[in-house]
Amino acid sequence: MDTIKEIKDYLPEHPFFKGLDPDLIAFLAGCAHNVHFKDGEILFKEGGNADTFYVVRKGRVAIQVHHPAGGGSILDTVDAGGVVGWTWLIPPYKWIFDATASEDTSAVAFDGACLRKKCEDDPAVGYALMKRVTVVMYERLEAARLRLLDLYGAGA
Amino acid sequence: MVPRPFRLLSKRHDTHDTVTLELEPTDGVPLAFKAGQFTMLHAFGIGEVPISISGSPVVEGPLVHTIRNVGGVTRTLVEAEPGVEFGVRGPFGTSWDVSDGKGGDVVIITGGIGLAPLRPAILEVLAERDQYDRVTLLYGARTPDDILFGDELRRWADLNGIAVEVTVDSAAPGWKGRVGFVTQLISRVSFDPAHTLALVCGPEVMMRACVTELRQRGVPAGAMRLSMERSMKCGIGLCGHCQLRELFICVDGPVLTYERLAPLMQKWEL
Repeated sequence: MDTIKEIKDYLPEHPFFKGLDPDLIAFLAGCAHNVHFKDGEILFKEGGNADTFYVVRKGRVAIQVHHPAGGGSILDTVDAGGVVGWTWLIPPYKWIFDATASEDTSAVAFDGACLRKKCEDDPAVGYALMKRVTVVMYERLEAARLRLLDLYGAGA
Repeated sequence: MVPRPFRLLSKRHDTHDTVTLELEPTDGVPLAFKAGQFTMLHAFGIGEVPISISGSPVVEGPLVHTIRNVGGVTRTLVEAEPGVEFGVRGPFGTSWDVSDGKGGDVVIITGGIGLAPLRPAILEVLAERDQYDRVTLLYGARTPDDILFGDELRRWADLNGIAVEVTVDSAAPGWKGRVGFVTQLISRVSFDPAHTLALVCGPEVMMRACVTELRQRGVPAGAMRLSMERSMKCGIGLCGHCQLRELFICVDGPVLTYERLAPLMQKWEL
């Protein structure tokens, strides 16, 4: 119970939840627990079950894709104040990228199935959550499109 | 219009395609300039290109240019060795006038080689750091290997109380810094929008995206200054190569307020 209380206190300060009805936050916090990752530790791997939504409190998470040649690329990083993972919302609920802690990282981890059930049971909860996830998706998509232009490249 | 001869004193390799050159006037008379201005740099027998000055406007010394090799004249400039003479016309154009930000916050947003024209403004702020409130530099580069002035970025952050935030477009696993577009940094930093001077330099698409973010934060259009890049040739507003509707960027710019640029920046025909 202490953990839930601490999460309930923290979540309203996080940019993702800022302004959301405190009762709703408390309701959602029932799906959450605190997690910690050491520098280099893996949060999830491509193809795994996308069963968690991470709200980053401290540190940095790198979203990566693995290349067949053995290398890879970091596609995005998420710092304190950001969120990691929206695939828990989208069937078939499988991670499409890897995520690794770039430094010691703390997060609030929401159980994806639990969140989905709350959204299904109460569309108002689902809509409130969906609006916020959509903003995150929109911002990442916009940034990804701009980066696709390779604006700092020699041909730009 | 006659170039003054300058001799290349030293060359520093900043990245795989970018160097910083220090040039001394052969007549011994230093070139005074304001932060944000550019010169027309002439490689004899090859041609002339506009290059922003990247040195300090408050400390007398050699003329400093940071140049990226994009072929043509710039290749000759980048490949030159100390002792070679170049011609210099200028300085030309408007300045950042960063001292207008005294007493308030300064937010500097840049990408790629755009950091070079802002370096003089940063050095000007650092020379009177106590005159400014919060100073923030947001910088986007293509990859970690393309980050300009890496040692200086760390020094500015460590010693001079500047919040320096760097992001890259892509990186290999193992990179501990940020990956993302520079606009994503804007919402993460603290400044008072009503008392902020914003200086933005980089590719025009990047600047438009930055302006959108800054406006959402409440920074007035008149407090945003952008450095425009156009094909400057004469440098004195005669030839028309750098015309942007009623503006000649070589004399009316390169630094202009967003208030002035807003009607011009989204017209495809311009």
